[in-house]
Amino acid sequence: MRTIKAEEIKDKVKKLVMDAEYFIPEDFIGAIKSAKEKEESPIGVEILDTILKNAEVAAEEQVAYCQDTGYPVFFIEIGQDVHIEGNIRQAINEAVREATREGYLRASLAYDPVLERKNTGDNTPALMYFDIVPGDKIKIMFAAKGGGSENTSRQMMLKPADGWEGVKNFIIKTVANAGPNACPPFTVGVGIGGTFDYSAVLAKKSLFRHIGERHPDPKIAKLEEKLIEEINKLGVGPLGFGGSTTAVDVKIEVAPVHIASLPVAVNIQCHAARHKELEI
Amino acid sequence: MSEPKKITTPLTEDVIENLKAGDRVLISGYVYTARDAAHKRMLEEYEKTGELPFDIKGQVIYYVGPTPPKPGQVIGSAGPTTAYRMDKYTPKLLELGLKGTIGKGWRTEPVKEALKKYKAVYFAAFGGTAALLSKHIKSVEMIAYEDLGTEAIRKLYFEDFPVIVANDIYGNDVFQELEEKYRKIDLSKLPQFCI
Ligand code: SF4
Repeated sequence: MRTIKAEEIKDKVKKLVMDAEYFIPEDFIGAIKSAKEKEESPIGVEILDTILKNAEVAAEEQVAYCQDTGYPVFFIEIGQDVHIEGNIRQAINEAVREATREGYLRASLAYDPVLERKNTGDNTPALMYFDIVPGDKIKIMFAAKGGGSENTSRQMMLKPADGWEGVKNFIIKTVANAGPNACPPFTVGVGIGGTFDYSAVLAKKSLFRHIGERHPDPKIAKLEEKLIEEINKLGVGPLGFGGSTTAVDVKIEVAPVHIASLPVAVNIQCHAARHKELEI
Repeated sequence: MSEPKKITTPLTEDVIENLKAGDRVLISGYVYTARDAAHKRMLEEYEKTGELPFDIKGQVIYYVGPTPPKPGQVIGSAGPTTAYRMDKYTPKLLELGLKGTIGKGWRTEPVKEALKKYKAVYFAAFGGTAALLSKHIKSVEMIAYEDLGTEAIRKLYFEDFPVIVANDIYGNDVFQELEEKYRKIDLSKLPQFCI
């Protein structure tokens, strides 16, 4: 049994959240740079440059890359040989609270969806998915989900007869509908299979995979490649002002499925690709 | 694209007639911030009192909810939010004299129609480039609904704030035009889903 103090988790997660808001991952920056080489539209090239400049300024000045500092979402994998001293949920919420205050993040959460929609003031409660895994470590993956791109994400319960063709069309249609509203270039996270809810979790989690990293199953990897190609024919382009860079990557995750169902979820990730992970 | 046009708020009809979808524009002068919650409250109060929290004639609303300023900053990161969420309220504000809105993404048909009818423009700013855009904001003053936090109505002073005319008074739409120009796929072949 290894003991990890909740206090240590809090300190580390606070830094994790702030760093994710200021520093856009290198792999995404690299993808924007190479997209620039191929982008057909002149204004598209200019926008990709502006995106790179924005990332530079945010990192240099340690300010939020985007004013929508997002809904804090955590995927937490706890090794079964770990004993946590203290309350991990409280620790993570406290980390978010402190990061919001000390990191000058925007309070973007409302207490309730349809009654008063009063702001919680500190971005809590964060959304946390817990998993128990073998080992004596804790892995914490954090993503800040902006409203503009979450709003364009979709889930659909297709029929088994719809097959890959149906899934593909649904994904492309979702990306086309997201268009300029969701701040492309996108990373498109796709979850296929599982249940209604699990497909969406898969789609969200897929976005932690590195840009350019293909699914380990070569057959799924092929589908990802095909989708990237098709999506970039939509013409949406950087920030929707037309062009050949609509998505820098597509990530597919699959899961076993009920014989009657074909769930598919598409989580649109905007160019504010703020995610980061740590291991304790 | 052409050299940017420099314009100053409040906007006059002459200036607006001169703006075409796709034009680069640098905006200077005062603008007001408002997003979802402020729009809702503003219009609800207007229903009751017949008044808005500021004189809207000729003015420009920037759809933004900024981050708090760090010490030494005028305002935190301040990029545009998605405009269509305000579409329920926009035609009424245009009718009352609002001349410009700044956001990101598409507008819906009723807003496009209202822009033509009341002679107003919708400008798109570069979404997500908030750290850069805030550098064009030189002053901030709280105007109304302070309890809404980031969603409060603030008066900002812009210096050469960069935007593109997305929808003009002639019914043109920059997103539609440019997307079609680069599209290499037949969208009509995709089945209709309710999404
Ligand atoms: S969609 Fe993303 S980049 Fe655009 S405003 Fe929202 S969080 Fe920022």
